[in-house]
Amino acid sequence: MKGFLFFRLFLRDLKKQRKKITLTTLAIAWGTFSIVMLLAFGEGLKNQMSKANSGLGKGICIMWGGQTTIPYQGLGKGRRIRFTEEDVELLKSRIPEIENVGGEYNRWEIAMTYGKKTLTERVNGLYPCYEEMRSHYPEKGGRFINDLDLKYKRRVVFLGNELKERLMGNEKNVVGKTIIINSIPFTVIGVMREKLQMGAYGGMDEDKVSIPATTFKAIWGYTYFNNLVYQPKDPEKAEQVEKEVYKVLGAKHKFDPEDERALGIWDVINQAKEMNKVFLGISIFLGIIGGMTLLIAGVGVANIMFAAVKQRTREIGIKMALGGKRKDIMSQFILESLMIAFFGGGAGIVFTVIIVRILQAIPIQSEGLQFLGKPTISWDVMAVTIVILGLVGLLSGFFPSRKAAVVNPVESLRYE
Amino acid sequence: MIEIIGMTKVYTTGKVNVEALRGIDLKIEKNDFISIMGPSGSGKSTLMNIIGCLDTPTQGEYHLEGMKVAELDPNRLADIRNQKIGFVFQNFNLLPYATAFENVEIPLIFKGDSFKKRKARTEELLEIVGLKDRMDHKPTELSGGEMQRVSIARALACNPSIILADEPTGNLDSVSGAEIIEIFVDLWNKGHTIAIITHDTKISSRTQRIIKLLDGMIVDGGGA
Ligand SMILES: Nc1ncnc2c1ncn2[C@@H]1O[C@H](COP(=O)(O)OP(=O)(O)O)[C@@H](O)[C@H]1O
Ligand SMILES: [Mg+2]
Repeated sequence: MKGFLFFRLFLRDLKKQRKKITLTTLAIAWGTFSIVMLLAFGEGLKNQMSKANSGLGKGICIMWGGQTTIPYQGLGKGRRIRFTEEDVELLKSRIPEIENVGGEYNRWEIAMTYGKKTLTERVNGLYPCYEEMRSHYPEKGGRFINDLDLKYKRRVVFLGNELKERLMGNEKNVVGKTIIINSIPFTVIGVMREKLQMGAYGGMDEDKVSIPATTFKAIWGYTYFNNLVYQPKDPEKAEQVEKEVYKVLGAKHKFDPEDERALGIWDVINQAKEMNKVFLGISIFLGIIGGMTLLIAGVGVANIMFAAVKQRTREIGIKMALGGKRKDIMSQFILESLMIAFFGGGAGIVFTVIIVRILQAIPIQSEGLQFLGKPTISWDVMAVTIVILGLVGLLSGFFPSRKAAVVNPVESLRYE
Repeated sequence: MIEIIGMTKVYTTGKVNVEALRGIDLKIEKNDFISIMGPSGSGKSTLMNIIGCLDTPTQGEYHLEGMKVAELDPNRLADIRNQKIGFVFQNFNLLPYATAFENVEIPLIFKGDSFKKRKARTEELLEIVGLKDRMDHKPTELSGGEMQRVSIARALACNPSIILADEPTGNLDSVSGAEIIEIFVDLWNKGHTIAIITHDTKISSRTQRIIKLLDGMIVDGGGA
């Protein structure tokens, strides 16, 4: 009944100050909406970016040969450093912190034909470890290059999904079909599953044609890899592993481990980490903007409650005369402002969820929007928002209620 | 049960000091039925507010059932107002948005009674003042006499030791006023201690003792 009476009080207040209360409730709803929505967009962008980042590879470093810039052990500078299969084996055996290493051969402007269509494209010679390391996952029904392909130098090809479209159109079930590469027939074993890729070297993976490294070598007679890709066991230790790589390869190729230009290493792991920091920054910034909006709305609620205290001095006096304590007097105002905060906040959250659902249901077509991603409501954000709402409600009720608690009952009951 | 010794009350409004009470000595025993009379501004309400623990004296001692009121903390004073004192005001001071039932219930809520207990007690109280059939009415739907009966029921809610009424019939017509007087007499007969501020000799003539106040001092009827 106490709660019921309180609710009646609230409704009466609502009627008396309908405009003001509606406005502040809306302000709270708007503040909540902007916090949750902004952070939902931030979260969506972050998810999409980390997906795009892992499109290039998860926890990898990409390495290529360079030129020495420091004379070493009697050898002058300006020597080219290049890698072979031996180096791959060396890294595998000498650095236990490396989970996986693979090299790749590249060749540009290779003619390939399917039916009447001929394209001139880039061909890669790859190892099976690229499936995991470089996210070359096959669409259903297909597969990536395996050890047997490598062993028997099979003439099999794994196609980038975009290139497949260009070469073979929207033909389905292309696995098992034959395409002619460099006048040699190759059997299609798989098409790459569509992926979001941010960051690339030598073109996007969706545009590439991959064949077993051994087949590649047999056709074009390459000795040196164009790139190596390795994956540290512990992504946190990428920098340590990098130092090891310089040491091990420096010893073999006779360059100073301090000679940074002898190798090029692109630390994709670190880049992802840096990006996460940027996104954390963006989230904090967006959160602060939303929080400010809520704070301003909170001042509005406090204003209403101050007015309510003034209007209700007589009622406060009556309650005191009947034995109401400080907490009884104060709790009414605090509960009322909490209620406004949670009504408004609830409305804001519901509104956000609806908008986010709608946005998630709309298919994304354009490339740019694809990177923006879809707004995603994270539960962390929700929890933080609710806590902030609670605080705003509590504080905007607390200060006015302190005024109520010091009402002089004798004064307030004296006049009609 | 009430003993007041050398009590003064000075109100300071801006630069002017108003001496509302100037040395009051007063004793009220259990089951006393007293009336306080005096011209407007003589300090009657001030005295009653202090007796009811709503206000504090500037000087002097106030003992209520053996307790030194000056030494009690605000929460204890609230408990006393809740359970030992029942106020009845000239202008009723009912909550306008609440029904008769809800108004009477308020002291019981502050006391912390369960809903079941409150409901039973509230209905009993409204029965005593003859308004059981009006318990869902709001003050605006009641006559002056009925409103005052609701406020008497509210004053009685926690079975207080003393009922303090400040001109309870001041806003009522003579018929309703007479009814209210009968209720007070009835309560006195049941053992309540009652102090009524009034200008009405029809009331004061029914009480055991008349205390006359003038300019903040008791001029008649102070000793027990
Ligand atoms: N809160 C107050 N502030 C200032 N003066 C007051 C206050 N309450 C009462 N007074 C003054 O104290 C005197 C006594 O007032 P009151 O006790 O209300 O008299 P009564 O009830 O006998 O009419 C009056 O002069 C009144 O103006
Ligand atoms: Mg008075």
